[in-house]
Formats: sequence, C-alpha cells, structure tokens
Amino acid sequence: MSEETRQQLNRREFFSFITVGWVAFTAALAGLGSLAFRFTYPNVNFEPEMDFVAGFPTEYENGVDERWKNGFGVWMVKQEGKLVALSNICTHLGCVPNWLPAELKFKCPCHGSGYYMSGINFEGPAPRPLERYKISLNSDGKIVVDKTKIFRYEMGQWDHPDSYIGV
Amino acid sequence: MKEFINWMADPIRSFPVVTLLYYLMMRYYRIVGTKKFAYISLAVLLPVVVWFCTDPNFVAIILWPDNIPINIIIVLIAWLTWYSLYRCAQNDERLEQGLTPIEATPENREKVWTWPNLVYVELMCMIGTTIFLVVWAIIFKAPLEEPANPTWAPNPAKAPWYFLGLQEMLVYFDPWMAGVVLPGLIVVGLLAVPYIDTNPKGNGYFTIAERKMAMWFFMFGWLVLWIYLIIVGTFLRGPNWTFYGPFEFWDFHKVVAEYNVNLSEFVWVKWLNMPMPHNMIVREFLGIILTAVYVVVLPPLSATTKWGKKLIGDMGKVRYYIFIFLLLGMTSLPIKMVLRWLFSLKYIIALPELELSL
Repeated sequence: MSEETRQQLNRREFFSFITVGWVAFTAALAGLGSLAFRFTYPNVNFEPEMDFVAGFPTEYENGVDERWKNGFGVWMVKQEGKLVALSNICTHLGCVPNWLPAELKFKCPCHGSGYYMSGINFEGPAPRPLERYKISLNSDGKIVVDKTKIFRYEMGQWDHPDSYIGV
Repeated sequence: MKEFINWMADPIRSFPVVTLLYYLMMRYYRIVGTKKFAYISLAVLLPVVVWFCTDPNFVAIILWPDNIPINIIIVLIAWLTWYSLYRCAQNDERLEQGLTPIEATPENREKVWTWPNLVYVELMCMIGTTIFLVVWAIIFKAPLEEPANPTWAPNPAKAPWYFLGLQEMLVYFDPWMAGVVLPGLIVVGLLAVPYIDTNPKGNGYFTIAERKMAMWFFMFGWLVLWIYLIIVGTFLRGPNWTFYGPFEFWDFHKVVAEYNVNLSEFVWVKWLNMPMPHNMIVREFLGIILTAVYVVVLPPLSATTKWGKKLIGDMGKVRYYIFIFLLLGMTSLPIKMVLRWLFSLKYIIALPELELSL
C-alpha cells in the first residue's frame, strides 16, 4: 500500500507544486502586462521641448509674435509693458486656435471659441482664458520659457512675477 | 432669394423652422404618409435641388469628399422617414377600422426558412455594398493630408461626419457635458428604453397612434437634435466654426460679432451692479438654484400633473422618474441653444477653477 501511494503526489506536495506553478504563471502575466504597458509609450518622442530660450526681450514688437507657435506651441504677447508666453491650446477641448491679426483675436477652428490678445475668452464655448507659461530671463539676459509651469487667470495666478516679464 | 435662404439657414431661425416642420410632419402624418404627398413633394423638391446646384458655393460644399456620405444619408433618411410614416398611416387606418396591422395578416405571418431566403439576400447585400464602396473609393479619393502636428490644426477642424452633431453640441456646452454626460445619457437612455417602456403595443408593426409619446419624443431627438445638427455642422459651419449660409463663400475673414456672458456675470455685474464675489458658490448661486430646480424640483412637479399621474399609473414611480430624468437631459440641449441665441448666455454655472461648467 505504501509503495503505491509513494508513486503519486500526496496532498502537501500537490499544493507546493501548484503554488510554484501559480506564482510562475502570475509573474509571467505581470511581466507580459508590464511589457505591453511599456509598448504603449513611444520609443522616440517628437514632441517639442518643454523649455526653450526665446531670444532677447528687445526682439519683440508690441502685439502677438508667432515665431515659436509652430515649434513650441507658444505665442509671445507684448502688451502694456508686459511680455507673456501664452499657450496655444484652447481651454474648451484642446484644439489649436489661430491668431487673426485683422480682428485682433485668437479664434479656435473646432468650436469657435474666441480670445482677446491678452488671452481672455470672450466668445464661443471656452470656459476660461488661455494659460500662461512661466517666463524668465537667464544670466545672458535672454528669455527662457518653461512650459512645465502654467499660470491660470481664473486662479488669480496672472499676477505671479514668473508669469510675465516687464519690458 | 439666395440672400434670404442664407439668412434663414442660421440656426437661430432654422432651428425653430425645423422644429415646426417636424411638428407638422408628425401631426399630419396621415397626409405626409401617402404616395400622393411623396410624388408631389418630390416633384417640387427636384427643381429646387437643381436650382441649388447651379450655385458654385453650394456645389463646392456638397461635393467635398468628406460630405458625400451625408448627402447620401440625407436622401436615405428622408426616404426612410417618409416610408415609416406611410406604413404607420396605413396600419393606423386599419386599426381604426378594427382590422389587424398589415404585418399581422395571415399571409404575412407565414414562416420561411432562414436558408436560403434570408442568407441569400444577405449575400447579395454584401456583394452590392462591396461594389458600391469600391466604386466610391475609386471616384472620390480619400484626402491625404500632411503629417500630424500638435501645434497646428486645420481650419475648420471637423470631426468625422457622424460626430458632427456632437461637435455642434459642443459649441453650446462645456466639453464635460457635451462630450461625456450627454452622449452617455443618449447611450444609456436608448439601452434603458425597453425597460422603461411598458406599452405592449407596436411590437413588430408600424404605428404612431398606439405609441404616440414614444414616437414623438424619439423622432424629435433623432431628426431635430441629431440629424439637423449634423447637417448644420457639415454644410453650414466654415472656417473658425463660423456660420455660413448654403450659398455663401467660405471667406476666412468673415467677422461675426459675438460676446458671450455667464449667468453669474448677468447677475452680479449687469443686474446688481456689483463686483463678482470671490467665493465660487456665492458667485454662481443663481445658476446652481436654477439647475437644482431643473433636476430636482421639476420631476416631482411633473408627477403632479395629469399627464404625470397617468404615466405613473401606467409604468410606476421608478420608471417614471428615470424617464423624466432622461427627457430633461434631452431637452437641456434645445434650452441651452435657445438661451445662447437669445441672450448670448455662455454658462449657467461657470466654475473654471474646477474646469466644470453647465
């Protein structure tokens, strides 16, 4: 009798085998899952840099400057002695508005939101003004725009000294 | 004449006109749903369409490759709507005379085999559709555009044609409302219809007289709030999502003076002549009260009316309140649109701090 039962797995051995198997299976699944998750992120990112040097403040005329719009998604707006870096992402649904120089406004092609030169929303469905990016001067006297830090008008952040530079 | 049509096509005027046409169509469906009416309206409409097509601006819009499916859809929907009204009118007349609907006559109740009767037709449809799509793809080339650029958008930036109704809704709402809540309500509401509907009539046959309320509400949401908005979003919205009449050239520099105001600005700045308070809740109190009245007070109030009492008697309280809630969700769209047109109202509750608005 004992000889015959020795041939088979007893209950305890069965559980240790199944535990090892189950742990291995779970680990394999987790590894596969994390690989799949990694796969959803691109290997090379062609998105614009989050911060850039934007020349000297004296290079800018009064009004809206579009030179960084296509490269970095930023409008430089000089108005009332202040130079600000305005985001070009519509606050309604994230489209890219156009600057219409004749009408002196930003106008979104998706749902018709309109903003003044200052970035304040006045027409269409946009619920809040365009965001400002952090703007500062480096040791050479050149402008540095940092898109990782945003300033929102409705939060009262446009008075923050980092949200504009006086010119 | 063209100027007048351009002027009338503006949603401010065309929405009431379409609503009125819808009312007349449903009210007099016995007249609309006759072959005589179909032939006469076809004879009247064909020359009008030909006259429309003599205008280069109109032709440029309807022959834009993206818009071809919508032309087909408009013709199909007109035909299908008329055909269902025709079948409804036929059946309702029979029902009035005490006869069974046409679908329930003995010769129509006869059962046939799936194979070959159904499968054969399906095969023919598959072949026909494939041929149609291949020919279409050869005639109208798919537009190949430049590589995607996150800092640039085409002007006008249009969604696929089946989403243009949603995009038109987004003009009047916060993205959370028109992009998530309302489409969600549409899907959930349509799923819930079989569970809310306790009317046993109209199963498997066309009828309006036996399920008036269901037909009226559904057809309004479908034809006026969905199809009409798709047509507006497709043919009447040009660069900068500005309105352009059907005969109007899409001039990029058309200026439309518009200034939208939140309800809270009406309250504090215009009526009370005070600066806006800092506290969000105080600032938006009127909008919050109105929304609460709309969502919380209106349903019980409607239950006390004669109509509400009858419905509660038929379907029970739970079904009734779900139904009213879905209905209020649907009517919030025309309400908001009319408020925007009449008062340039932007948001009833505007909480930009929380990125939440109504």
